[in-house]
Amino acid sequence: MIRDHFRILTVDLATGKGKIVTIDGRDTEAGGSGLAALLFNKYGHTDKPWNDPEQPLIFTIGPLTGYFPLMSKTVCGFKSPYHDQYGESHAGGRSALSLRFADLDGLVVTGKAGRLSCLSIGSRHLELMDVHYMRGIDLQRSGKMLRKMIGGAGHRSIFRIGPAGENLSAYACITVDTYRHFGRLGGGAVMGSKNLKAIAIQGDGVFDLPEGKEYAELFEEVHKQLTTTDMMDKYHNLGTPVNVAILNEIKALPIKNLQQTTDPNIKGITGETFADDTLLRNTACAGCPVGCIHIGFVREKFMEPNQYLYRQVSYDHEPIFATGSMLGVTNAFSVLSIIDMVEKMGLDVMSAGVALAWATEALDKGIISEKETLVPLKFDDAAGYKEAMQHLGLGSNDFYRILAQGTMKAAEQYGGKDFACVLGQEMGGYATGEVFFTSQVLGFRHSHLDTGGYSFDQKHEEKNVEEAVKFLVHDEQGRVFLTSMVACLFARAVYKDELLADCLNSLGYTTLADSMDQVAQHIQKLRWRLRLATGFDPAAVKIPKRFTEITTWKGSIDVKYLNTLKKEYAKRIVELGKKEKKEETKKAKKKATKGK
Amino acid sequence: MKTAKILTTPRMERCIGCHSCSLACARLVNKRLSWDTAGIRIVSSGGLSTGFEAKPCLACNPAPCALACPTGAFSQRKGGGVIVKRKLCIQCGDCAPACPVDAIYLDTTTEPFVCIHCGQCVPFCPHDCLEMTEVPVEPLPEEAGKEVAP
Repeated sequence: MIRDHFRILTVDLATGKGKIVTIDGRDTEAGGSGLAALLFNKYGHTDKPWNDPEQPLIFTIGPLTGYFPLMSKTVCGFKSPYHDQYGESHAGGRSALSLRFADLDGLVVTGKAGRLSCLSIGSRHLELMDVHYMRGIDLQRSGKMLRKMIGGAGHRSIFRIGPAGENLSAYACITVDTYRHFGRLGGGAVMGSKNLKAIAIQGDGVFDLPEGKEYAELFEEVHKQLTTTDMMDKYHNLGTPVNVAILNEIKALPIKNLQQTTDPNIKGITGETFADDTLLRNTACAGCPVGCIHIGFVREKFMEPNQYLYRQVSYDHEPIFATGSMLGVTNAFSVLSIIDMVEKMGLDVMSAGVALAWATEALDKGIISEKETLVPLKFDDAAGYKEAMQHLGLGSNDFYRILAQGTMKAAEQYGGKDFACVLGQEMGGYATGEVFFTSQVLGFRHSHLDTGGYSFDQKHEEKNVEEAVKFLVHDEQGRVFLTSMVACLFARAVYKDELLADCLNSLGYTTLADSMDQVAQHIQKLRWRLRLATGFDPAAVKIPKRFTEITTWKGSIDVKYLNTLKKEYAKRIVELGKKEKKEETKKAKKKATKGK
Repeated sequence: MKTAKILTTPRMERCIGCHSCSLACARLVNKRLSWDTAGIRIVSSGGLSTGFEAKPCLACNPAPCALACPTGAFSQRKGGGVIVKRKLCIQCGDCAPACPVDAIYLDTTTEPFVCIHCGQCVPFCPHDCLEMTEVPVEPLPEEAGKEVAP
């Protein structure tokens, strides 16, 4: 619904009761990323650990969600088990439209349920269901069970966790509607710590639209741009896996724990091969006519003679890099079979793949033994990796339990920090060079999508620290406004400032449309302030040696350039995260009053 | 022979579940933002892995929903389906259970929403799943009453 404030549902899992709360801030925090930070400020505790029952798990949408195409993402805000600092993760599926049609701008879940539970909400209902019998059940099976328990097929979204979330893996994901994920930074463990197996959101509300023709005409114009121009070709054609061959060609694809950046045998896992051999169909997030979700299949012979089963598995560039090139696996079906196991366990595929890549090299170097890995991990051994993914999700022994807390945590205990491919969290699938490494290691979400660092590396030959840092700060600002609307970042070429302003104006958000730059800057600062307040020290960030040992199409990594970039970007982040003067004065006044 | 056009869904295997059609119907025909108040609604059939089904009006002739309507708010449309006159609707809800394919949505006030075969959803489908199909106009069954212009 169009409104000048936020309508938030807070639910306390300890009591199973909820409350509708009205919060101001539409013209300053907008929604999505901004709203999540606002809500963490209100309900979160910077000084308590991530798994304190009082910590909130936040889901937010934005002013344009559901009203325009590709405004189809939800922001999840939480104190992350990965670094015990504030973080965000984003997902699509039907999550955003379900929240919109449940008439909520945000959902805040606090407390801990007495038994493993499923929270079911809609525009006219709230129920906490006991699902203790689902403990340990993998994501595919729990999905089938939940779909039967909860009505409204097609007009609902189900968020759920697998064994990794229940076992509090620091990179357990929250799976959304089978094929999408709040993947990074361990939101799944936050749900696990709250005894929350699933959240089901029924999108059953109905809202009036703005009067007049302006809105409907603008919608049609945006829809046309997205479907009849070639702007979105990349995403619905081969999808993001088109990057595999391109990055391999320019020596920028992380391969075998980043020991290589190009491989002559890459053809087996390129976007073209996946499309030719494995692609069953595309699917889409609700409200997105592009349909970038690519679904492949795995087929397994489980018994002689000729007894097969099959499963559908979604793929993208990042899962292919993490379970393919990074593990030396160059067969598309083998990659899908590893992703399939990751999905069952409910792990973040990027972190899980990179963690096993480190473990493989550590085993090869004799730092760890098969006593730890339980399977003889070897690059290109897909069957071994599939088994290892299960151990990682289940936390089969001390080694897998610590590896599930992060590759660097394991490296700190066993050794091998130099070749742990960690940039804040396990790396994304781009070895494009200094700017990308800087952008991920210092990025707010440590995500490849925080800024277009990988693109800057490819477009700029010169090594201009000032320009690069300026780009990173400015690009983050643009993206944080988009993720406050909440747009899919794949639509960033379409939703330029002018169009965003038109969209906001057509819905009556005129003040917001007039102050987009200031709002973007404010949200950017708000997020960094929270991050710093929860313990992030940009100056202390380290980039492991492996990242300095690679060769790209530009040649060797320039360590001096990398270090200067890191230092300067860290400085800018500290500046961005400084408390605003007004806030400081307010706090000082409060303190003075208290003292009296 | 006289003909009329009805909305059909001949290529639903291509559906990606974007809901662009139902959102367009809700937006353009019913002036609402909603998944439900639409003449065509998309559901997943047993989880996303099994694809999508459309729930449109199949253009019955005679239409059981029109026969069930006690006030003439739903009347038989030439070529199949119904003509809807909201002013005549007393929100009794009798139309929805009469539909054999669950194509009528009743909102919380029991206001019915059904496809009127206008075709406004068709251009919003990115995969050409939908089309307006020409069908011969059969003589209206007597019990359905005469068609009234919208």
